[in-house]
Amino acid sequence: MASKVLQKPASFYDTYERNPSTDKKMPHYCPGCGHGNVHKFIAEALDNYELADRTIFISPVGCSVFGYYYFDTGNIQAAHGRAPAVATGIKRAHPHSIVISYQGDGDLAAIGTAEILHAANRGENITVFFINNAIYGMTGGQMAPTTLETQKTTTTPTGRNARNEGYPVKVAELISQLEAPVYVERVALFDNKHRSRARMAVRKAIKNQADHLGFSLVEILSPCPSGWKMDPVDSLHWIKDVMMNQFPLGVYKDNTKEVEPYEAPKMQLSDEEIKQAIEIIPDTEKEFKKTEYAERYANPEIKVAGFGGQGVLLLGAALAQAGLLENYNVSWLPSYGPEMRGGTANCHVNVRNIPVGSPVVNDPTVLIALNRPSLEKFEPVVVKNGLIIYDTSLIDIEVQRDDVEVLAIPATEMADKLGNTRTANMIAMAAFAGYTGIFNRETLKETLKTAIKRKKLLAINEKAVDEGYEFGKSKRPS
Amino acid sequence: MQKKKLEKPFVKVVPELCKGCGICIEACPPEVLKFHDKFNTKGYHFAYYLGDDCRGCGVCFYACPEPEAIIVYKKGYEYEGEEVA
Repeated sequence: MASKVLQKPASFYDTYERNPSTDKKMPHYCPGCGHGNVHKFIAEALDNYELADRTIFISPVGCSVFGYYYFDTGNIQAAHGRAPAVATGIKRAHPHSIVISYQGDGDLAAIGTAEILHAANRGENITVFFINNAIYGMTGGQMAPTTLETQKTTTTPTGRNARNEGYPVKVAELISQLEAPVYVERVALFDNKHRSRARMAVRKAIKNQADHLGFSLVEILSPCPSGWKMDPVDSLHWIKDVMMNQFPLGVYKDNTKEVEPYEAPKMQLSDEEIKQAIEIIPDTEKEFKKTEYAERYANPEIKVAGFGGQGVLLLGAALAQAGLLENYNVSWLPSYGPEMRGGTANCHVNVRNIPVGSPVVNDPTVLIALNRPSLEKFEPVVVKNGLIIYDTSLIDIEVQRDDVEVLAIPATEMADKLGNTRTANMIAMAAFAGYTGIFNRETLKETLKTAIKRKKLLAINEKAVDEGYEFGKSKRPS
Repeated sequence: MQKKKLEKPFVKVVPELCKGCGICIEACPPEVLKFHDKFNTKGYHFAYYLGDDCRGCGVCFYACPEPEAIIVYKKGYEYEGEEVA
């Protein structure tokens, strides 16, 4: 039975607590703004199809950047123009979710042209609502890709001249030319009939996704009374009398009757197969047990830093791999300049008992510094009671802080004595393990088998691990 | 309390949530919405229902860009108490 009352859809929040304004009931849009209508249509459709609980709404950059104030769904705000790329990632990671990319014309048709084109071309099973108001509304009415010919904006004060600024980009027409999209329609918000048509298009585009039919895009000609400097009611007439002449309404593509529902097969690789595929598990049947070590070293967040060419990234990768072998949750994130040698390099490593939330290490508990600039740069950010390991052969200053543990090791000199200065990184790595007790020496040696590509260097690196480990262990606080 | 059924549809505009854009007034087929002479605390002349002849068509609800400025109660709406909300 149809509802006997028309009121705010439940897919909106009751009050907009995320809005910093004191008024938690009134959206931030200007009077007469079309965003409100489209929001309402979307929320109503999510109510009717009972999809809100598995919907992820992606806000763009533009006035609707605050979509997450209003929709009681999952919410992500994407970088300018990138909503379809973010939507792709979410949909693939969570195929059961309903992903809505909501974008304006500056967002979708200018900076985000590549993203929308390729998401559409891949036929991502997402729903895109494209709000076309022919200008950049939020920033004060500048010319957008969709600005009409001869239309005056703040950046086209004498009217858009196609010879100079190009023609309006017709997104519905463009997208409909691609093979993959299943549903592309242009609608407009100006009278009862057309609002009703727009509402139906919004519903259909969402339903298509729920039915696994593929990519849907609805372009909505929407009033921006503030940007157009018009009365809200006049702006509706302008859509009808002016805008529609250059943006004809209609269904540009509808394959929804013909296409078969498609659900991407679930990735069936096991953890082991994935590890093999990305070569992070050496060929070994051996099991590596976790060691016992002091509680304060648990869950290290490690920053390794030095010159490019010192093996900084390899050191971090070997630590992460040792963590994998001993069944920790690990991450390794490199960060380096364009130079192969001589630039600065650092990497972020997590070795944790708990899942790793972010691979970024901003506040390291452990710093392994292999040159002076790295020590100077990162010493201040090490957490209190953290650990700093640094190579005294190359660093002629001392750690200034007195609230951290320090392990000073002449790693490069030790490596030189072994016969290859480039093993200093493995000495430092092993010293960390020996000092804290966090890894078995055998585990470290196993990581060398994949870390060291040139097999003739394996033996010397194993020696380096021994030397470093013993050094670290000898300095271990009792 | 026993539920009653609404015999005549009607529309409610929440003055404090109305931004006075006038789109509902333009849209209303029986023309029963008007701007109020007063304005709300935001400074908008809000729309209000003249009090008769609403058909419950819902056109104003979909025309209104605000999520909850307009509520339309259709004929047959069940309610408790003396009056509808």
